[in-house]
Amino acid sequence: MNKKIRKATTHISQNEVLLFERSSAGKKAYELPPLDVPEVDPATLLGAQARQDLGHMPEVSEVEIIRHFTRLSTWNYAVDHGMYPLGSCTMKYNPRVNEVVARLTGLAEAHPYQPERISQGALRILKMLSEQLIEITGMDAITLQPAAGAHGELTGILLVRAYLESLGNPRKKVLIPDSAHGTNPATAAMAGYAVENLKSNAAGMVDIASLVAQVNEDVAALMLTNPNTLGVFEQEIHKIAEVLHAKGALLYMDGANMNALVGKTRPGDFGVDVMHLNLHKTFSTPHGGGGPGSGPVACKKILEPFLPSPVVVTKPDGTLGFDYNRPKSLGRVRMFYGNFGMHIRALAYIMANGPDGLRQTTEDAVLNANYIRKGLEGAYDLPYKTPTMHEVVFSDHIQSQKGIKTGDIAKRLIDYGFHPYTVSFPLVVHGAIMIEPTESESKESCDMFVEAMKDIAEEVEEHPEFVLEAPHNTRISRLDETMAARKPILRWKPQSEAAGK
Amino acid sequence: MRYLPKSESDREVMLRQIGVKSIDDLFAAIPPEYRLKGDLKIPRAYAESEIVEFFRDCATGSAQGYATFLGAGAYSHYRPVVIDSLVSRGEFFTAYTPYQPEIAQGTLQSIFEFQSMICELTGMDVANASMYDGSTGAAEALMMAARLTGRHKSVVATSVHPEYREVIATYARYQGMPISTVAYGKNGRVDLDALEKGIDNETAGVLIQSPNFFGTIEDVAAIADLVHKKGALLIVSIAEAVSLGIVKPPVEADIVSMEAQSFGVPLGFGGPYCGVMATKDKFVRQMPGRLVGQTLDRNGKRGFVLTLSTREQHIRREKATSNICTNQALVALMCSIFMTVYGREGLKDLAKQNLAKAHYAAGEFKKAGATLLFDGAPRFNEFVILTKTDPYAINDKLLGQRIIGGFPLKKFYPDLGNASLWCCTETTAKASIDAAAKEVAL
Repeated sequence: MNKKIRKATTHISQNEVLLFERSSAGKKAYELPPLDVPEVDPATLLGAQARQDLGHMPEVSEVEIIRHFTRLSTWNYAVDHGMYPLGSCTMKYNPRVNEVVARLTGLAEAHPYQPERISQGALRILKMLSEQLIEITGMDAITLQPAAGAHGELTGILLVRAYLESLGNPRKKVLIPDSAHGTNPATAAMAGYAVENLKSNAAGMVDIASLVAQVNEDVAALMLTNPNTLGVFEQEIHKIAEVLHAKGALLYMDGANMNALVGKTRPGDFGVDVMHLNLHKTFSTPHGGGGPGSGPVACKKILEPFLPSPVVVTKPDGTLGFDYNRPKSLGRVRMFYGNFGMHIRALAYIMANGPDGLRQTTEDAVLNANYIRKGLEGAYDLPYKTPTMHEVVFSDHIQSQKGIKTGDIAKRLIDYGFHPYTVSFPLVVHGAIMIEPTESESKESCDMFVEAMKDIAEEVEEHPEFVLEAPHNTRISRLDETMAARKPILRWKPQSEAAGK
Repeated sequence: MRYLPKSESDREVMLRQIGVKSIDDLFAAIPPEYRLKGDLKIPRAYAESEIVEFFRDCATGSAQGYATFLGAGAYSHYRPVVIDSLVSRGEFFTAYTPYQPEIAQGTLQSIFEFQSMICELTGMDVANASMYDGSTGAAEALMMAARLTGRHKSVVATSVHPEYREVIATYARYQGMPISTVAYGKNGRVDLDALEKGIDNETAGVLIQSPNFFGTIEDVAAIADLVHKKGALLIVSIAEAVSLGIVKPPVEADIVSMEAQSFGVPLGFGGPYCGVMATKDKFVRQMPGRLVGQTLDRNGKRGFVLTLSTREQHIRREKATSNICTNQALVALMCSIFMTVYGREGLKDLAKQNLAKAHYAAGEFKKAGATLLFDGAPRFNEFVILTKTDPYAINDKLLGQRIIGGFPLKKFYPDLGNASLWCCTETTAKASIDAAAKEVAL
C-alpha cells in the first residue's frame, strides 16, 4: 500500500480521522446573531468561577462536519442496508413518517413544563398511545415513563415490590429462567431482590415441577420472557401463572419478544400481572446505534395505584392533564414523562398498521423465522426442536468440530452483506446462533440469507481458515478486543500528552 | 400493509416450504383459549397523509410561536440544522448497538469522539457512551459512589433538580442507601456548615448540582475539600450543559453526571434526552454504561470497539454495575454534532450570550420591582425572582402575549412562596424580556 495515499484500499469510502485531528485554530462552523442586550464581562460576573479555556475542543468548518459524519455513517451497517437478524433486538424497518411527525415544531419544541393548556396535543398522544398499548397487551393500566427495556423491568419489579409491601411483606427473591436476558437478574438486584435461577426443561421451557418446588412465600415474582429467548412460546403459561398466584407471587413478563404476539394473543389474558414493552423493538422506533429506546410498563388493576407519578388524566372540564397526587405511587423513575419522541413514533406505527396490519406483521415475523429454520435445518445444529415463533436459535455444534465458532460464522456473514445474528446468546445454548429476521424481510432476502449461511457451512468444511479470517471485505479487519480492555484508551489526547502518559 | 414486503403468493410458497397448511399452524404453541378471536380494538389503519394530518393537529397551538422563559432542567437553545441532517441518515438511526465493530465503526468512532469531548469539557478523565438522562444518571452515580467507597449513605443537596431527587429516592429505596438532604443558604448555594454536619463516616457520596436548580453556580472546590476530608466522593450534576462554555468545570469532583440536552437535543416535551457520566481513570471499572475504546485491527489499522464490558449486565448479570442496556446513542450523536459545530470558541461565545441575556433580564426585572433572590453568588442563565403577585397569575397574563413565563417554584419549594425561576438563552429576544419585565412588576 502506498503510504502517501491515506485512503482505505478495500472500500469506496474515504478514511476519516478523528475530529480533533481535523481541528485547527480559527476554523468555525457557527455564527451567532448580534447580541441585543449589553455585553457582559464573564470575569466580573463569575469571578473565580469563570472558565479560562475549553481545552482541546475541536475547531472545524461546516463542510468538514458534514463530510466527517457522513463518512463515518458509511462505515455502519444498518436496517436500511439490508437484513439485520440480530436475535432478541427486533431490527425491523423504521418508517420514515415517524421521523417526520416526531419533528413537527409544536411537538419537538414543547417544553415539559409548559402550561397544560397549550400541551393538549402532546397529552392526547400520551393518552392515545397508553390506551392502544393497554388494548394490545390486554392489561388494565400503563406508564410510559421508563426510558428503555431494562428501565421498564426495574419499574415493573418496583411495582411488584410496592404492591407486596402494601400487603405487609415485600418478599425476598425473584425467579429468573436460565435463558433470560442479563438485564433481568441485574434488574432484580437493583430492586433489592435476591435472584434465584430457574432451570429450563428439555423443550427449552419453564420446568413446571421445578417451578412448583421453588415457589414459596419468599418469592415475589417470576420474570419470564415469552416467547422466551429460544423463540419458544411457554405453552403452559397459564399453569405458570397459577403456580405463582397460588403462593401470592406475581408473573412479570419481559416483553422483548412481543413481536411474536401482537394481534394474536394478549399477555393480560394468559395470566401476566405486569410487563414491559420495548417500543424500539416491537413498535418500530429506531434503535439509533444503541438508543434511545422506550420501555412502557403495563399492569393489572391491582398494581395501578403504584404506577410512577404523574399519570395523564381527563380533568372535570374535559381537558387532559397530569395527576401528581398519587399517594401509593412507587415514585418517579425518570424526570418529566419519558422518551416522548419515541411515544410519537410508536403511535404513528400503530396507526399505520391498524388491527389487520399489526396481526399480519406478527404473522410475517413468525413466518420468516420458521422459513429460515426450515432452510437451515441440517446445515446447522438445532438444539431445541420445539416450535419456533419469531426467532430461531441454532448452535455452532457442527462447525465447531472444525474449530469454527458462532462468532467466526458471524464475521463471515458480514462478507455476504448481512448483519450477523446474535452471537453466543442465550447462554443455555452453547455456541448460540440466534436469528430474528423480523417481518421486514421479503422472501427473497430470507432466501439469500439461507443461501449465505449454507455457503458458509460449506466453507467451514472446505476452507475453515478462510472463515476464521473473515471478514474480508470490510474497511478494517478483526479488532484486538483484548488489547482494548487491557490498556484502555477511552478518549483522544494530543500526541504530546498521550506520549507523556 | 405498506411496511410488509410480501405478496400473498410469497406467503403461500413459504408456508408450503415449511410444511404447514396455514399461518395459524405456526401459532399452535399458543393454547387456543388465549388466541385472539377477533381484531384488536384499535383504530383502522391510517394512510400516511392521515397520520401526518393527525400529528399536525396535535402539534398545533403547542410551543410554536411562543417565547419561553422556562428552563428548570430543559433548555431552549438553537439547534444547528446540520444536526438533523446528519442524524437522519439511516446508517446512523437504523443501526443498533455496535456489537460487530467491523461494520459499526461509524457509530463507534462517533461515540469515542463524544466521550473525548465530554472529558475535555468536564475536566474528567473518562466518560461513558450515555445514560438515559440526567435524573437516572445522578441516581446511578450515587450507587457507583457506594460501590467505590464501601459505604452506604448519600447526601443530596435540596438545590438539585427536584425531579432528579425523586428519581434518586426511587432508585435508592431498595439499595439500602439512606439519603439525607442538605439545604441551601441565603445566597442559594449549598450551606457548607450544614453539609459538614451532614456527612459522617458512612457517607459514600454527596450530590450537588452546578449551576444548581436556582441557576446558582456552586463553589465546587470548597465543597470537594469538605467532602474529601470525610472520605466521601463528590458527584456534580450538570443540568445546563451550555454553562460549561464559560463556567469553570468541576474538576475537583469524583464523578460528573450530566444532562446534555442543551447540546442540540430538542425539548421534545421532556425526552429523549442524554445523560452522561464522567469520572476519574481510577474509578472507571465501577462506572455503569457502555464504553468505547481504541484498538488496532490485524493490519495495525486504528479502530474502535465496545470495551470493559465485564462491568455490564450481559456478562455479569445480577452482579453488574447497572441493569442499563439500551442507552441514548443517537441523542449523544446529536450532542457530538452540536459540540463540533460550536467547538472551542463557539461554546464560549454561546455561553456568553446566555450569561448576558440572563444578566440583562435579572436587572430589568429588579428595576421593575421584583426582588432578586440568591443574589450573593454567581449565576449562569437562570435566576430566581420574588414577586408580589402569584407567578401563575403573571404567567397567565404573559401567555396572552405568547410568552411562556418562568417556572413557579412553589410546586417544589412551598417555602419560597411567590418565587419563580426564569431562564434566558441565546434565543431569548430583548423584546420578550422587556415585555415580561412589565408584568413581573405587579
